[in-house]
Amino acid sequence: MSDQTQTAGGAQPPSSPLPGNWFDIQARSYAEWMFWVHLLILQPPGFVVGLLFVVRCATPEGKAVGTRLLKFSLVGPGVAILIGAALRFVSTQPYLSFILVRVGIWVILATSLNLINGITGQFSLGHMGFAAVGGYTAASITVLLGPRLGVDPANPGPADPLVFFAALVCGGVAASVAGVLVGLPTLRLRGDYLAIATLGFGEIVRVALLNIPALGGAAGFKGIPSFTTLSWATLWAVAAVLVVRNIRFSRHGRALLAVREDEVAAEAMGVDTVRYKVRAFTIGAFFAGVAGGLLGHYITILVPKEFGFLNSIEVVVMVVLGGMGSITGSVLAAAGLTYLSEALRAVGDVRMILYSLLLILLMLTRPQGLLGQIELGRDSVRRLRALLGKWRRGRAPAKEETPG
Amino acid sequence: MQDGALSVFLQQLVNGLAWGSIYSLIALGYTMVYGILRFINFAHGDIYMIGAYAGYFAVTPRPGGLGLGLFWGVLLAMAACALLGVIIERAAYRPLRNAPRLTVLITAIGVSLLLENVAQHPSVFGPNPRPFPDVIAMRTLHLGPVAVSNLQLLIVGASLALMVVLQLIVNYTRIGRAMRAVSYDRETAALMGVNTDTVISATFAFGSALAAAAGVLVALVSQVEPLMGIMPGIKAFVAAVLGGIGNVPGAMVGGLVLGVSEYMVAWHWPDFRDAIAFALLILILLVRPTGILGTGAVEKV
Repeated sequence: MSDQTQTAGGAQPPSSPLPGNWFDIQARSYAEWMFWVHLLILQPPGFVVGLLFVVRCATPEGKAVGTRLLKFSLVGPGVAILIGAALRFVSTQPYLSFILVRVGIWVILATSLNLINGITGQFSLGHMGFAAVGGYTAASITVLLGPRLGVDPANPGPADPLVFFAALVCGGVAASVAGVLVGLPTLRLRGDYLAIATLGFGEIVRVALLNIPALGGAAGFKGIPSFTTLSWATLWAVAAVLVVRNIRFSRHGRALLAVREDEVAAEAMGVDTVRYKVRAFTIGAFFAGVAGGLLGHYITILVPKEFGFLNSIEVVVMVVLGGMGSITGSVLAAAGLTYLSEALRAVGDVRMILYSLLLILLMLTRPQGLLGQIELGRDSVRRLRALLGKWRRGRAPAKEETPG
Repeated sequence: MQDGALSVFLQQLVNGLAWGSIYSLIALGYTMVYGILRFINFAHGDIYMIGAYAGYFAVTPRPGGLGLGLFWGVLLAMAACALLGVIIERAAYRPLRNAPRLTVLITAIGVSLLLENVAQHPSVFGPNPRPFPDVIAMRTLHLGPVAVSNLQLLIVGASLALMVVLQLIVNYTRIGRAMRAVSYDRETAALMGVNTDTVISATFAFGSALAAAAGVLVALVSQVEPLMGIMPGIKAFVAAVLGGIGNVPGAMVGGLVLGVSEYMVAWHWPDFRDAIAFALLILILLVRPTGILGTGAVEKV
């Protein structure tokens, strides 16, 4: 039971800290390469042009453009070198990178579910079902088709990253197809019914996988090459966050929010609710499928049990904890809970008790989650500053006014 | 050959009806709570599990338990779970009476996880299954081609008796009339002087007591373990939807239909027994979302 809930943690940290896969070496050196590009090519002209704008422009708009250019030319190389150094450092720390890969996978699951649960307001309890579809599809591609495409599980080869990428995308697409198939009929349902129907979908997937001998049955799909590395997990996590974020702040995002707030009103305002819901489901399922693929290629085995109801609940807990609809909230909650479950491993029995108490208390005291609708970003830094300023100003005049 | 298939069919029908009556008992709790509060009490399956444990401890001879007879064991389990249901409602659901339904649903999932994990903790019940004490010797009766055990008869008989009692309560008592009024329109019922909080507590008490009885009856033929409530709980919900959620006779019909169809599927494809409930659920939601006996309600703006 506790094994089942610890899910992606079934594996031990991989022993070799620096995988010899060119994608990773590239990812690490890419950041360093970006540093030089910035420093030698982008920075000097950016700096000069920015300075010119600031000095010579009379209009405030021109000065603003100049300051932005200046900032960019100075911050760019710094950020690039930081990422490069971080990747290089972490890849020498097996345990840290083990945790970070898991964080990445859960971030993908949580943000994609947030698109469905938080932003569109469609309560889905079968997210792990999509992850299972994606994971098994990706694994079958690398294991069954891989050898023909030049993948040798024993020795890393140049084809590995390409096949892996294709497998992940195929897994995601398979999961989205499942999302459409499940979504089209069930998204006509509301609230509780949808929750139960998606739960049912997840269970059907699990039972089906248990009974397909070609995919390993209950013993699990073994022998998946170990392709997932920190760079892969990070890349996909960033992609998932960016895609969901861009949807959230687009016209589609507003339609999705309208569906969440009031379906009847949204329909009356001309939002094609079923279509938007199915879209959200499809995109969410895609990333869940990718996360399943990453998971399979990380722990090298896929077991149907890992995609059960309890793990779907765990993703829900992350979304709810972070705040339904808040993307940064999901990211923080996924990272925090993944770390917490590692840290609480010593007290395994109590972990789930704490989890469930946390969920109940959260719902009773702060049902909108830790962040609610708030996104952390540049805006919140500005807001914090404004708040601090107000507080400071509020204190100063208070002294002057109270004596009277 | 034909004759053999027929007897297997009858045998599966009998087994299915026995299991189905268990689903009906659990489904009643779901459907009553849904009828009044419009929310899925996810913790209901775990109340069934606690009921089975309560019965186990009541029936196990001293010093491990209380050493009561089966009848008193069932009654004790029902009373304990009725109390538990009322406590859960008061502590976790009542503060959220006017919260969005999603909030209540997530709370219910939290309560369910809490019960499961507390029960699994080694200092409570522990994760291992325990065999139920043999209070009734199993005997098999042969009725023509069909073998029926006395325990199956007991399950069906006890379930039927409980359902009749529930029907009498709902239809002919003061509290039953109040329950029907609240489920019809909570606000109006409150305006007419019905104490809705009492009615909701009573609903949870009745539903939980029925689940506890189901738990003890199942434990009689199998064993008790902390996660025994998950699957029957979810499937009983499916049964409630199948019959028309919020509809008391519907829950009974839905449970029997689900039990029989599970055994019919298990006869041909034993591995897919657990999947049929969800397939049925998706099917019924597509074809007739109000269930077999349910009546439609149009959402008003």
